[in-house]
Order: sequence, then C-alpha cells, then structure tokens
Amino acid sequence: MRSDLKFRKGSEKSKIRIWALLGVTLAITALLLSSFPKERGVVINTIWNYFTEMILILPAVMILLGLLEVWVPRDIIVKYLGESSGVKGVFLAIVLGALPSGPLYIAFPIAASLLKKGARVSNIIVLLSAWACIKIPQEMVELQFLGLHFMVARLLLTIVFVIIMGLLIEQIIKWSNNKGGVGNAVY
Amino acid sequence: MNITTIIINVIAIIGLSASLIKNKEKTKKSLKVAGKMFIEMLPTVLIIIVIIGLINGFVSPDKISAFIGNRSGIIGVIIIGLVGTVMYIPSIISFPLAASLLEKGASISAVAAFITTLTMIGTITLPLEIKILGKKIALLRNGISFVIAIIIALIMGAIL
Repeated sequence: MRSDLKFRKGSEKSKIRIWALLGVTLAITALLLSSFPKERGVVINTIWNYFTEMILILPAVMILLGLLEVWVPRDIIVKYLGESSGVKGVFLAIVLGALPSGPLYIAFPIAASLLKKGARVSNIIVLLSAWACIKIPQEMVELQFLGLHFMVARLLLTIVFVIIMGLLIEQIIKWSNNKGGVGNAVY
Repeated sequence: MNITTIIINVIAIIGLSASLIKNKEKTKKSLKVAGKMFIEMLPTVLIIIVIIGLINGFVSPDKISAFIGNRSGIIGVIIIGLVGTVMYIPSIISFPLAASLLEKGASISAVAAFITTLTMIGTITLPLEIKILGKKIALLRNGISFVIAIIIALIMGAIL
C-alpha cells in the first residue's frame, strides 16, 4: 500500500515534533511553577501520582499489544470475515476488531480488500469501529482509571450502536447505489 | 498498587511466558514491537500527565464543571465531543485525563463523549480513509460515529 507507506513517513516527522512539544510543555510548566509557588505542591503531586499509576501498567499493556500483534496473523481477519454473514459475521467483526493489531489506518486496506471480496458493508463498518475503540488492553486501562460501571456501560452501548450504525450505513449505500444506477459505487 | 494493575501485569507475564515456551523468535519480535510502541507513546503520555497536573493546580473545579459539568448540558457534551474528534492521542492516555476531569467536576456524559469521539473518529487519518475506502464510507462512518458518540454519552449520563 503506497498510501500507507506515505502515512508512516509522515509520522516520522511527527515523532520529532511530539518530543519538541514535550520540551515546550515542560518549559512552560517550569515557568508557571516558578512564578506561582503556591500551586507547586498540588501540580507536582498530581503529576507524580498519575506518573506512577501509568508507569505500573503501561509496560504490561505494551507487552500485551506486542504479543497479540505478533501472534494474531492479519490473514485470519480476512479469512473469517470474508465468508461469514449474519449474526455470526457481526460477532466475528467485533471480536476480530477487538484483537489489538496496530493503529486504525492499518485496518483501512484490510477493510478495502474485504469489500472487494464481497463482505457486507455493515460488517466492515463494525470491524473498523471495533478496531478503533474496542481494544482489550485499552479496556483494562479504562477499568483501572474509570471503574467497572463506566467501562462496562460504555463497552455495551458502543457495541449496540456500532451495529446499528453498520446496518444504517449499509442501507444508505444500497439506497444511493440504486438511485444512481451505478453497480458498485462504494469506491 | 490496585487490583487492576496487578491483574494486567499478571496477564502480561502469563502471556509472555506462554509465548516464550512456544516460540523464542516470535517472543523477541513482540517485545521489540512493545518497546517501539512504548517509546512512541512516551512523550504523549508525559505531556498529558503534565497537563493533568497543571489543570489540577491552576483550573478551579468551578470552571471545569461550568464548561463540561452537569450544568453545561448537551452543549458541553457536544463541545467536548468535538475536542475529542480533532485530538489525536492514543486512547490509553485519554483514560487518566478523563478520570482527572471527572474528579474536577466534569459530567459522566462529557467524559464519555470525549473518549468515544477520540477513539472512533480520526480526523488526521480521514484523508487516508477516504483514499482507501472511498468518500462515501469514510464520511458516513466518521459523521455517524459523532452522532452515536453523543447518544452513548447522554445515555451514560442518564444511567450512571
């Protein structure tokens, strides 16, 4: 995928930019804290608390992401989602999307090849949405910081509405294709 | 250290051991991937943590709750949803940020809208999505995602 490669090259530049941004943020913070000594305690305390909490889970989350990326081949997504439909297809789209396998832009070419192979639009939308926001390690971090009720409620609501959105978009695309009289106007 | 921290670390250790027993090369590769992701994410994590600290020290809970608290209503939810739409930070880091906003008086709806739009909608990746999947699918998916994010947020505010 040439466009994918281009995107990654662009992210090389943004990597340097983000470190520069960290430098600027730290400089501004140092300036603020030296001019407002009264707030110094609260700010440093908060930073320290969040830092320790993050540093205790981040390596484990990264290891899980790394393991899943290496052990779950991308081909299985194409293999299983290409041939299944109905409830089974939706279920698979959520499960396969939830397996961590890199950033969302990696899912675009997979989705495109599935569409070409004749997978249902609704399943592809569900796959993309699950890929974007239902990741197992991320859910664990959400549990850690926002609690069980928040995490479970948001997860269930997201699944329900993502399925509704998939069916809706499928209908809209079908309807506009019929109206335009074009065979395969998805592209 | 709380229970969730321990569980995540135990799962990571079990996974790593299982992987090591099955295939040394693959384990090495996944650790490399993990290390790369960690380094990539580190500056963003640090920036967000510093911002959380600054918000805690300099922004009063009154201001936060007036802007995105229960009093601000649906407008506040939509505004924070838009902020989540244009921001491009890994979702893992949005959770501590969301937790600190909640502590300072933001509403459940506002925080849920922020996390949901942040993860589901990619403004930065949108041109690529259009190129690969076509205008129709890309725009419909991102547009309707915003609407359902707001609906999810409002339902969460009502039930939690």
